[in-house]
Amino acid sequence: MSLFNVFEISGTALSAQSVRLNAIASNLANAGVVSDSAETAYRARYPVFSTIYDSARASQQPGGVKIDGVFESKVAPRKEFSPAHPMADEDGYIYMSNVNSVEEMANMISASRSYQSSVEAMNTTKQLIIRTLSLGR
Amino acid sequence: MNVIDRHLGISPDALSVRARRIELLSANLANADTPGYKARDIDFGETLARVRDGQGAMRTTHSTHIQAGSGAHNMHLKYRVPSQASLDGNTVETQQEHAAFMDNAIRYQASLNFLDGRIKSIISALRME
Repeated sequence: MSLFNVFEISGTALSAQSVRLNAIASNLANAGVVSDSAETAYRARYPVFSTIYDSARASQQPGGVKIDGVFESKVAPRKEFSPAHPMADEDGYIYMSNVNSVEEMANMISASRSYQSSVEAMNTTKQLIIRTLSLGR
Repeated sequence: MNVIDRHLGISPDALSVRARRIELLSANLANADTPGYKARDIDFGETLARVRDGQGAMRTTHSTHIQAGSGAHNMHLKYRVPSQASLDGNTVETQQEHAAFMDNAIRYQASLNFLDGRIKSIISALRME
């Protein structure tokens, strides 16, 4: 019965979106982290999604989502002149993380909306399955 | 096709195609944030006609072969034309997919109601009430 596949597909979406939410939480938590060099500064992390295709079926039926990996943002960390700071390097610079809080908040809303829509799909499917099981009663 | 199958009519086939479409639409919703994903859908009428014709279904060439379901597994997937594709190549429009999903769910329930009525009429005929 193919309706049960919906749970599998939406389930992968839920776990993918929760990984995304975790990454966003960690980015936001580390938004204010200061470092003494550009290399060690915190860089925003983003998971990259890809589709799982059902190869067993002839017509390349799309399935759920998988996470290809979590990649670091390539934006250069913000350099700030602050000689009094204890973490400042010999030239008096500190390196802030490259997290853009506004971008992260927008990302968070997008992730939570996608999560909700998958939950809704699962709920609707659950009702359909229950109704199908009570057929003829 | 036996008497009961004939009595149930188009509803069982319609339900199987509806269920496949729900699966497809949930995959679209799941991939709403996947870069490069192209939203897929089926033409319900065309797929149902194919299933009714027995196209795509496995042939039984021997008397001991078992009929392996309808041909709903072998369908022509089409690409949805986006009204506003995103820059990462994703063509899923969540609101449109949601609307299609709900529409499909309600039509599934309608087919279910028709089938339920047919089954109840068979049961009452068997009981000779």
